[in-house]
Amino acid sequence: MADTIVLKAACASDGESLHLQGVAGRGGATRILGRRRGGRRRLADALGLCAALALSGCGRDQLPVIAARGPIALAERNLLFTAAAVMLIVVIPVFVMAFWFTWRYRASHPKAPYKPHWSYDWRIDMIVWLVPAAIVIALGYLVWTKTHRLDPYRPLVASRLPLRVDVVAEDWKWLFIYPGQKIAVANELVFPADRPLSLRLTSDTVMNSFYIPGLGGQIYAMAGMQTRLHLRADGPGSFVGRNTQYSGIGFPDQYFAVHAVSAASFRAWVARVKHAPKTLDAAAYAALAKPSTRFPVTYYSAYEPGLFDRILHKYTARMRAPVPPPAPHPGGN
Amino acid sequence: MLGNLTLAAIPYDNPIVMGAVAFTLIGGAVVVGGITWLGKWGYLWSEWLTSVDHKRIGAMYIILALIALLRGFSDAIMMRAQQALAEGAAHGYLPPYHYDQVFTAHGTIMIFFMAMPFLVGLMNIAVPLQIGARDVAFPFLNSVSLWLTAVSFGLVMLSLGVGDFSHAGWTGYPPLSELRFSPGPGVDYWIWAIQLSGLGTLMTGINFVVTIIRMRAPGMTLMRMPVFTWSALCTSALIVLAFPVLTVTLAMLTLDRYLGTHFFTAAGGGDLMMYVNMFWVWGHPEVYILVLPAFGVFSEVVATFSSKRLFGYTAMIYATVSITLLSFIVWMHHFFTMGASATVNSAFSIATMVIGVPTGVKLFTWLFTMYRGRLRFTTPMLWTVGFIVTFTIGGMSGVVLAMPPADFVLHNSEWLIAHFHNMLIPGALFGYFAGYSYWFPKVFGFQLNETWGKRAFWSWLVGFYVAFIPLYVLGLMGMPRRMWHYNNPSWQPWLIVAGFGAVLVLIGILCQLIQLAVSIRDHAKTRDLSGDLWDGRTLEWSIASPPPVYNFARIPVVYDRDAFIDMKQTGTAYVRPDEYFDIHMPRNTGVGFIMGMCTFVFGFAMIWHIWWMAIVGALAIGSCIIARAWDDDVDYYIPAAEVARTEAARFRALASAADAERAVADNFRMRPLPELVD
Amino acid sequence: MITRTFDDVFAPPEDHGHADSDTNVMFGFWLYLMSDCILFAALFASYVVYSHSADGGPTGRQLFDLRGTLGETMFLLTSSITCGFAILAMHRRQARQVIGWFVVTFLFGLGFVTMEVSEFLHMVAIGAGPDRSGFLAAFFTLVATHGTHVTVGLIWMLVLMVQVMSKGLTPKVQSRVMRLSMFWHFLDIVWVGVFTVVYLRSMV
Repeated sequence: MADTIVLKAACASDGESLHLQGVAGRGGATRILGRRRGGRRRLADALGLCAALALSGCGRDQLPVIAARGPIALAERNLLFTAAAVMLIVVIPVFVMAFWFTWRYRASHPKAPYKPHWSYDWRIDMIVWLVPAAIVIALGYLVWTKTHRLDPYRPLVASRLPLRVDVVAEDWKWLFIYPGQKIAVANELVFPADRPLSLRLTSDTVMNSFYIPGLGGQIYAMAGMQTRLHLRADGPGSFVGRNTQYSGIGFPDQYFAVHAVSAASFRAWVARVKHAPKTLDAAAYAALAKPSTRFPVTYYSAYEPGLFDRILHKYTARMRAPVPPPAPHPGGN
Repeated sequence: MLGNLTLAAIPYDNPIVMGAVAFTLIGGAVVVGGITWLGKWGYLWSEWLTSVDHKRIGAMYIILALIALLRGFSDAIMMRAQQALAEGAAHGYLPPYHYDQVFTAHGTIMIFFMAMPFLVGLMNIAVPLQIGARDVAFPFLNSVSLWLTAVSFGLVMLSLGVGDFSHAGWTGYPPLSELRFSPGPGVDYWIWAIQLSGLGTLMTGINFVVTIIRMRAPGMTLMRMPVFTWSALCTSALIVLAFPVLTVTLAMLTLDRYLGTHFFTAAGGGDLMMYVNMFWVWGHPEVYILVLPAFGVFSEVVATFSSKRLFGYTAMIYATVSITLLSFIVWMHHFFTMGASATVNSAFSIATMVIGVPTGVKLFTWLFTMYRGRLRFTTPMLWTVGFIVTFTIGGMSGVVLAMPPADFVLHNSEWLIAHFHNMLIPGALFGYFAGYSYWFPKVFGFQLNETWGKRAFWSWLVGFYVAFIPLYVLGLMGMPRRMWHYNNPSWQPWLIVAGFGAVLVLIGILCQLIQLAVSIRDHAKTRDLSGDLWDGRTLEWSIASPPPVYNFARIPVVYDRDAFIDMKQTGTAYVRPDEYFDIHMPRNTGVGFIMGMCTFVFGFAMIWHIWWMAIVGALAIGSCIIARAWDDDVDYYIPAAEVARTEAARFRALASAADAERAVADNFRMRPLPELVD
Repeated sequence: MITRTFDDVFAPPEDHGHADSDTNVMFGFWLYLMSDCILFAALFASYVVYSHSADGGPTGRQLFDLRGTLGETMFLLTSSITCGFAILAMHRRQARQVIGWFVVTFLFGLGFVTMEVSEFLHMVAIGAGPDRSGFLAAFFTLVATHGTHVTVGLIWMLVLMVQVMSKGLTPKVQSRVMRLSMFWHFLDIVWVGVFTVVYLRSMV
């Protein structure tokens, strides 16, 4: 019962997120991201629900990849379904032929025709090369358009401005810096459901991969480098985000709660964080960056400005340092 | 004096590790004791360890692969057990650092010490016989390759009891594998084991390219080569082209760890993305290095047991060659989530899907070979049919992963684990098993027990589905790979099912061990006198089982791609030559074995920073090379009279095989042995 | 039943590639050189990638001395020519001349290695060692890998000189000398790449 309600809610919010548009981040062209294709989408949802119910006794909430609750995750899920479905054009004949041929031409079946020298037929040759090639051309077109449309770097344009959050991977926890709100939070990501989320990511340790199943795709976070990710929720709801790139002994516990909340709740939450006793000064950051597991959700009412860039450039600092005077060289001998 | 090595390196306090060490030591003691009891050390040394005979080297490679399979599978079932238990507050029975070593060891061992030796072993056994050669091009180098691989596996095994193994995953991504995050000897064990065995593999690649290009029997044009030999050629070419990149990548990581350079560190101008790119520039061709020989085995097996010419040979060869070439331009699909532009991602994605076309062609080619054939469901054929069905599912899940936006939600998840096991278990391992049961009678002269072989197959097949279908579901449930515990009760039932699947696979492996024991027990009854147990199509079936050391008393002339079928049909299959000649053969040498041992000392010393020992080891290796370069007495001639005696025995065996066959109808044969021609 | 004669069924006794036959070894060695080419290609590629990762440390323009390197280049190029003379002498079957030319080649090669080592030592001494930056790591790895190859070539040359003296110009020794010469010329070509990509490029 609860599952159905969630599903309805998700469909309804799908309907409301129609104005969602995308602007190509690097190219600059504007395109519609998610024009509604009602029938197909409902079919995909139904498929997803069937798959969910068939696969899991626990219901749809347990299958975040299928039961997507954000337009990005949904589009990615739909591509997954499409690819699998198109592949059936090859898979089904292979299955049919494998079972049919092994049964029909078994040696113990004396009446089956036997052609020991038959080894070529140009028609079959054409089909086995051209049909897979046609499938690849079709999928290739799909990949090209979808990959550009779902590029994680591409900002989402909605009626509301995106919320900017800077994400830092630590051993083994996540730090979220809200530059607009001037607050920082460890291990909890809260954002207004009616605004897209625009993330910049880096790592202050080994390579991590930032992933919120059900909300969108993942992207690596790497020390000294910045990656981008744009996400959006269908409506209020909770998710579990995590690092999916193995990063040492604390890796399994490196997850965090994600809450997409109403605009009012978000404002209230920000106000609450702003009244938190802790601030993220150098000492607090050092404590945070020390490897530890099960780091509690921590609110920092303020952080040192430029923290994200400092973490980012910590690894490349010497590159920007003044170049020492050239040393005289006596020659190769 | 002993570098970083102290007694503290031995994990006395870890009962699981100590148990594994004890198990390994007991196993080793049983083997050593058995050999001593039978008084076979001299035989072992002179006939096996020092052998340069490709058939024996091939058999030793496969023994190594089977031992590594047992070790790698122990790791697998430990992981399955841990994940089936470790939900919520329960933390299973493995501490995290140990679990991390287990999955790293599993991947490393299965790729480098199970799959690679297995396929190299099959190539060693079959390629020279299929092309009508008396050995590989460089028999001594072949022995060196074997021992480099074997001692590298020895290093991995040693890491159980002395120090620890890498915890950074079989891909060893920095900066996690850098000194700052992995200060112990574990990553060094991983580096040196892979690096040294990689050198052996590189030599194997060169050896087989030369063998196949230069040593084919007259009349065997490239387009008359058996498909297995073709795939061995493509695999060897891939090895020559891809392994140097792995060598460089590992060397750079080594320098980071030993000299404090900044190739892949986060700071100091390092660039971890460089490692990831270079690793997969080698790593993706490596996938095809593993898979192509198995594809070759399937092609041989499906034609033989359909009693029919392979359908679309030309298409098969073009497909193999195009896979070989394409394998170099898809590496980026291993990290679509690194933030490359959409254009780059989709270009690599499309290249990846293009590989699906020749792979699909191969599948249909095997299917149409069965069409209007007479299928005999022997064990090798069962592995092949099981592969065709199962591999297709893996292909489907792979095309999904190949699309960047879908990869964004499935990357690093259990779906990925399910996918590549779904490619490599049917696509590589089933092929190796098919080749193992197909060529075993050729190498040892008696058959493997079919009943236990079939039991093994069904346990493996069902076990595979039960173990890996749940992982696909877990991928959709958002479960990442490499979790030593988790906090999601809905994952646990699936992990328990997967653990049960691993138990079924274990039963399959036990069936294989029983099969080997039963077959050896019954070997007198299942002797293959004809040398052509399966009604074979290629040259290896035209000679005795086991083949004489020189393989072919006279090199045959080839007129058809099914060379031996052609001989049987033209009545020239068992023609006795009018004359024999002296045969020129390489002499056995212990230098390869000794070089292997020196390499082991060198690798061990490097891992533990025992510099004097490393220098001694390196000097010893150099001395071996120079000593070998001095030795001009590396070959000998088998006199024609001895060849004639051996061949006379062969023809007597053939005659009794034909008699026996007339008495008892043989299940495996489609047509009777021809009358012998004197 | 037989429609083919014995000659159709069996190849003549010597009509197949022997294990370790000379042509096979040459082909195999050539394949090794190709794989070495890939190895150097990977090192060159990483050098180019890392050439901008000086990490605030010294750059190539500050460190490299083109005159010294040009000297190294001349040493190696000359040694390739003298190595060619050794091969010509071998074809004339003049063992003493072979050894003579190899001694000259060896000295040039040794000079090259000495210059390279002293350049490295100098760079380490002024704090521009391989651990200074990604750029220097890539530089040292590329150039030292080439240098190690040259050193191995020198040891090989010593071994072969002794072989020519003790065994004479037997076919096997001649074949080994040919491979050494292939190796030596190959290293020459790689060095031209190093000189261009590493040293000349740093001046641009």
